[in-house]
Order: sequence, then C-alpha cells, then structure tokens
Amino acid sequence: VFWAALAAPGIIWLILLFIVPFYVVLAIAAGQLNQLFGTPIAAWNPLDWSSANLIGVWHNIVGSGAFVGPIIIRTLYYTAAASVISLLIGYPAAYFVARFAGRRKALFLVLLIAPFWISYMMRMLAWIDLLQTNGYVNKVLTFLHLVSHPVNWLGGQSYTVILGLVYGYIPYLILVLYAGLDRIDGALLEAGRDLGLGRVRTFLRVTLPLSRQPILTGMLITVLPMLGDYFTNQLLSGTPGTAMIGNVIDGDLSTQAFEGQGAVLSMLLLLALVVPMIYYVVATNRSSREAV
Amino acid sequence: MTTTAATPVQPGAGTVGGQAARSPLLRLRRNPWGHPWFLEGFTWLYLLWSIVPIALAVLFSFNNGKSQSVWQGFSWRWYFSDPVNSVLHDPQLRLAVIQTLRLSTYTTLIAIPLGVAFALGINRWRGYTSSTFNFVMILSFVIPELIFGVAMFFLFTDLFKSVGLGTLAETLGLVTWNVSWPAIIVQARLVTIGRQYEEAAADLGATQPQIMRRVMMPLLAPAIFASAVLVFSSVIDDFVIVDLLNNSVGNTPMSVYIYSQQHGGNGGPALNALGTIMLVMSFVIAIAGYFGYRVMTRGERIGTQQALATIAGA
Repeated sequence: VFWAALAAPGIIWLILLFIVPFYVVLAIAAGQLNQLFGTPIAAWNPLDWSSANLIGVWHNIVGSGAFVGPIIIRTLYYTAAASVISLLIGYPAAYFVARFAGRRKALFLVLLIAPFWISYMMRMLAWIDLLQTNGYVNKVLTFLHLVSHPVNWLGGQSYTVILGLVYGYIPYLILVLYAGLDRIDGALLEAGRDLGLGRVRTFLRVTLPLSRQPILTGMLITVLPMLGDYFTNQLLSGTPGTAMIGNVIDGDLSTQAFEGQGAVLSMLLLLALVVPMIYYVVATNRSSREAV
Repeated sequence: MTTTAATPVQPGAGTVGGQAARSPLLRLRRNPWGHPWFLEGFTWLYLLWSIVPIALAVLFSFNNGKSQSVWQGFSWRWYFSDPVNSVLHDPQLRLAVIQTLRLSTYTTLIAIPLGVAFALGINRWRGYTSSTFNFVMILSFVIPELIFGVAMFFLFTDLFKSVGLGTLAETLGLVTWNVSWPAIIVQARLVTIGRQYEEAAADLGATQPQIMRRVMMPLLAPAIFASAVLVFSSVIDDFVIVDLLNNSVGNTPMSVYIYSQQHGGNGGPALNALGTIMLVMSFVIAIAGYFGYRVMTRGERIGTQQALATIAGA
C-alpha cells in the first residue's frame, strides 16, 4: 500500500495529462464542425462519433486537388534522405570514437555531446546566418569560383531542408550508435583477427552484424521526431514547396475550422508510428536489462 | 538510457585487452593496420561541421551592426548597450528570458518529486498496473513531440478550458513531457543498489518513512540530482510544446521568440544574443551538473565517460 501510494500521484498525473489528452484528440477528430461559428465540437460519447473529418482528410490525401498527399510523400522523402545521410556520417564518427579514440575518448565524447546542450533554435539560427545570400557559405563558394552567383539557399530548396534535418537530429543518432558500438566486446574482434580476418572483413563479419540493433534504434530516434518536425523547414525555407506533414498539422491548429483536420492527421500519424515506437521501447528495455 | 547511474565497471577494463587499448605503443604492436587516420579525419570534419556554425552564431551576437552575416566589429549592444533593441532593454526579449527561467524552475520543482515518487512506487510494487504505467512513461521518450503537443493543445482548449493556454498550460505540458527523466533514472539507480540496504535498515527496526529519509534518499541523491539537471536544461531547450501552448508575449520563452522572429527574414543579432544566453545557461548547468555528480558519487567507481553519459541522459 505504501508503494502504491507513492506511485499514485504520478499515475494520476499520467492519466489526466497523457492518456486523457489523446482521448480529447480522438473526440475532436471524430467530432463535427459547428456550422454557425466554424468551431469544432468534440464528440465525447463514442456513439456520437462521426467520420466527417476523417472523410474530409481522406479526400485531401487522395482526391483530385488533394494537397496533403504530395506533402506526405515529401515528408517521407525528406525523412528517408535525412536519416540515411545521418547514418552515413554518424556511423563512421561513432565507430571511430568507440574503437580508436583511446585516451582521447572523453574529449571526443564531450564534443559529441555538446550539441545536446545547444538549443535546436540556436543551431538552426547558426545555419540561417551562414546560408544567407551574403553569408559565409556563399562568400567561400564565390571566392573559390565554385558558383558564379550567390546561391539562394534559404529560398525553398529541398537540399537545405534535408541538411537542416541532418544537422538537427544527427547528435541523437551518433550517441545511440556510440553506446552500441562501445558495448561490443573487444575479445570478439580479436577472435576475428586471430582467425585471419583483415580489418575490413572483421568489420563486415563481426562489428557490422553486432551493430544492427543500435543502427535500428538510432534510426528510429531520428526518424520519429523528423516526422513531427515543422520548424526546420519553416526556418530554412518557409515556402509551401517544402512543407512537411508537421506544417499541415501545426497550421491547422491556428484556424478553428481546421482543428478537426489537424486532430485527424495527428491521430493518423500516431497510428502509423505505433509499431515502431513500441519496437523502440521494447528494444531499449531489453538492452538495459542486459546491461544490468 | 541504457548506461544510467552506476552500472558496474566496464567489461574488460582491467584485462590485458583493455590496457592495451589505452596504451598507444602496445596498440600499435598489436594492431598491424596502424591508426585509422582517415576515420579520425572524418570524425574531426564532422565535429567541425557541428560546432563551427554555432561558434559563428555566438560571434555574431557581438556584432556591432544589424547584420547576422557580415561582421562589423565587436560590441555588447545586443546584450545591454543598446537602449532600445538589446536583450536587457527590449521588453519582449527580456520577458522571453524570464519566461524560460520560470518554466524551467516550475517544471523541475514539480517533475522531480513526482517522478522520484513514481519510480520508487513502481519499482517496489510489481504488478500489471505498474508495468503498464512504466511503459507509458517510456513511450513519452519516443512519441513525436508534435503529436503530444497537439494533444495538450486540445486538452487545454476543449476539455480543461479553465486552464486555457499560457504559463500554467506550458508548465503542465512540460512536466508531463519531462517527468520520465527522474522516473527512469531513479529506477535504474534502484535496480543497481538492490534491496539489501533497505532490508538491513528494516531488520534494525527502522520504519518505512525512516528508511526513506535516512537510507533511500542519500543513496538516490546522485540520480535525483542528475535528473533535475536534465529536466531543467531540457526545458530551456524545449520548443514544440511551448510553441503550441503559449498565447501572449508574457508567456513566450526564448526558443519560441527566436523562431517567431527569425522565420521569413533577418531577425537581427539580438536573436543571436538570445540564443547565446540559452547556450550559456545550458552549459553552466551541464558543467555544474557534471561536477556536482562527480562529487556526489565520489565514493563509487564511476568513470569520466559514465558520468558524462549520465549527465547527457544517455
């Protein structure tokens, strides 16, 4: 009873402020629009649920003149591109620090962790400064005669947004990869060498298979927030041509008439991500139990 | 999340292989392939890429001009010298700094007791309910913040209408989002310290509250401290929740202010000054947190890397 009493405030808090909120989203998604005022009416009773919002969103995704469909495809493309680039940059860096940093490991770790303590906004601001038409990136490129005219990086370019996403989320990936690679028992690598494998083949046959789990969880930890990102492209391009699904949801909240659509979209996004999220929770639970 | 608090000494640390990895001479002899210079160069390039832009952004906060991209000499004008547009004198900028500090303080003060009590209760009270809520707790680590923020937005605009948007809504949202730090870190610590201290105290006749106060609290102190550091600094850097739940100048924190002023144009070096203030706050807390954690755990065998990982929440 003592322990239950200790846990009770936290449990009540989670019910009221974590579980109930999602029911509210559901009620609004399944509610209707007040035709007179253009405000959403939540349907608290499941018997009153209507599919009006869902059908509306469905037409926006696949119907003629649908605008959400292309945005979903763009979101998937940006997220896939950004997470693959993150992995290609992040894996070698994490691998080096975990295996070869030697006595300088603490220094490298501090440098890898530093971005965690810097606000996302500050990190995006840094790139906005650099990528302006008269910014340093254009200055260096024109100085080297790589481009003849300054490039309008911030004028709605897909690659700017993708690089922004990479820059924003790669520290999380690297830390997960580092933790996973650091845990690999050195004896296994020595065994590989003793059996006559070269460095490349030791990596391919031993390290890479053993890092499958960290790669998966690391990718998830970058992909999940990227799918809900609306600020990176807003800051680095700000044009509808690079909008992601997060922008649609965020925009819907500012007009009451669209709140129902926003609720449906965020529910659909949640549904789409339920399986990977549960996988992530189970996988980290398992590995932390192994670590203890 | 996996290497929290006090996991035992790393495997292989005392063995021949572990020592060889640390001594460059032995490593060279053992390793006929030599040092991977290419990988090291690549890693340094990555680190430069990740750090130089931010260093430049900090530099531009001292720019003696309105540009965020052309250097015009050093000045403090965007911090306090300018009588109108500096962080000190522009009411909006000043309010943003105050709001961030306020939210961090409120959130830490509420989330830590809540999370610690939850961790203690859940860890000792095994059952279906406890494992379900533990799962919910960890879920809040992976659920995209936008989805959670949308749920909070609807909660305060359609169900708990008396709360509305503003500081209270922001605090409630941030507590819910961050309570998993103490809950998970303290649970990891509970697992490593085991039950023997509690049982010994009980055998010596201590009552449950006495055990809590005299035995558990001192043992849990480093974990509680580390999670407080993490909660405070995550709130400073939080953006999505406060962006969705703020509704006026008085409750707009720094991150949201930078975002709202910067997109679609040149916000001026005052924003860089604001960002730099956030950065300095976070670094001060991180450094204080690291050394505080080292002092609190000095009786234990915790390495630099492990303390670093704990303070980073890894």
